[in-house]
Amino acid sequence: MSVLELKDISGGYGEADILHGVTLTIGEGEIVVVIGPNGAGKSTAMKAVFGLLRLSGGTITLAGEDITGMDPARVVRKGVCYVPQTNNVFSTLTVQENLEMGAYIREDNFKPRIQEIYEMFPPLAEKRKQRAGELSGGQRQMVAMGKALMVEPKILLLDEPTAGLSPIYRKEIFDTVRQINATGIPILMVEQNAKQSLAVADRGYILVDGRNRTQGKGSDLLQDPEIAEMFLGG
Amino acid sequence: MEFINFYLLPGIVLGSIYALGAIGVSLVFGILRFANFAHGELMLIGAYITYSLFQFTGLHPLAVLPLAMVLTSFIALGIDHTFYKPFRNSKTTIVIVASFGIALMARSAVQIIWGVDTFSYSSGRIEMPIVLFGGLRIFMKHVWIVSCSIGLMLCIHTILSYTRIGKAMRAMSDSAELARLTGIETEKVVRATWILGASLAAAAGVFLGLDSHLHSMMGFYMLLPMFAAAILGGIGQPYGAMVGGLVVGLAEELSSYPWLGDSPLLPPAYKAGVAFALMVLMLLWRPSGLFRGRVF
Repeated sequence: MSVLELKDISGGYGEADILHGVTLTIGEGEIVVVIGPNGAGKSTAMKAVFGLLRLSGGTITLAGEDITGMDPARVVRKGVCYVPQTNNVFSTLTVQENLEMGAYIREDNFKPRIQEIYEMFPPLAEKRKQRAGELSGGQRQMVAMGKALMVEPKILLLDEPTAGLSPIYRKEIFDTVRQINATGIPILMVEQNAKQSLAVADRGYILVDGRNRTQGKGSDLLQDPEIAEMFLGG
Repeated sequence: MEFINFYLLPGIVLGSIYALGAIGVSLVFGILRFANFAHGELMLIGAYITYSLFQFTGLHPLAVLPLAMVLTSFIALGIDHTFYKPFRNSKTTIVIVASFGIALMARSAVQIIWGVDTFSYSSGRIEMPIVLFGGLRIFMKHVWIVSCSIGLMLCIHTILSYTRIGKAMRAMSDSAELARLTGIETEKVVRATWILGASLAAAAGVFLGLDSHLHSMMGFYMLLPMFAAAILGGIGQPYGAMVGGLVVGLAEELSSYPWLGDSPLLPPAYKAGVAFALMVLMLLWRPSGLFRGRVF
């Protein structure tokens, strides 16, 4: 059974629809990447999961349960964690406080989990008392991912985690994505860096104009000549 | 000595009162994203509830203040639930206008219940100052006001820095959307904000009443200096509001000291203008305030 399924989703923010019947499924333990040109509705599809969108059609199910249009706070409690592309850390809170907020919905002792996150992202351990807004872009991304992982989610959604990062950090983030996935957490990721992201992904979807264009195994999509021409720079 | 007795000490007392009010303005602005023009009326309500409790029980106003803080918090929660909640996703300007309406209603309600006469907590007694070091005159009420204000500010600091709900308040002030996406119950944070803001406002109102007297316009007159203090400190920054309050209070009192020659630098009637001038200068020079608050 799929962990998360978006079926035939249509909708947008204002009057006009941005998505016209998008379907995405993420199975147990998978890394799924969504690529496509600007304005294809990649990030919008992700926001639909969190009820941040006016939906005009389609259903969203989490492990078989219908969560269509559910309030974001409840979706988080169901075990879906989302890292937005920008504005994804509390900038005036310290690194440690950001992680504590990530665990806001946990009633148990989450201190050991904070230690695990620091082991996963060693640079954060040194900066635990520093405000998240003062960190570099790459480290902020680590805080955002660490914060989302505090609840040991059923699925992690990442919106362009490498946007605006230098190639070194980009590689580090993709390594981290694989590392998180290795602990059994399925990941749905929207990406601009098609080549690198397809290389870490099990499967990929290509969206164009708010519709599914192609889908397939990451390695197959990488070798598809048409896709290569469209997104991978020839 | 005259400078300390009649300008510096009253400035510190007034500054502490402004600071308590400004913290509430700043918290509400940071979390609910609107300038609450009814904040002065929360002070008014707190001061009058304390007056009634003081009349009824015969206890010192400071002894009944905690109960008044609780009651004022309930009133603030009721106002939020009835008037502000339906506007939660509306434009800021709409909520600001609503708060202006609430200020008028609350003030009228106080005038209907308690009348428009001036009251005093001291019931005619005139407190004599304690004279120290051959000239330093200290009023016990001022010692109480300043030490209670410091105590309350330490409480706020502890709540914001060390408790789960306090951290969630700061988180929501940073980004309300991210707070929702993190699973923080934003309505609970909003309620906590009103409770803290209203409690501090009630305390500020009582301290102001202790320092002088109670009248139904006291909340309205506090509005300008409180906003000046909040803006000076950086709106949305509670620590900035503490500093801003002290600066505005001191500036108002010190402006009428005879710095040049024998007459006051500014006639005392212009005190309110000092707060306004500080606010305008700050907005021109550094709109984000001393502590880098929000700019819209």
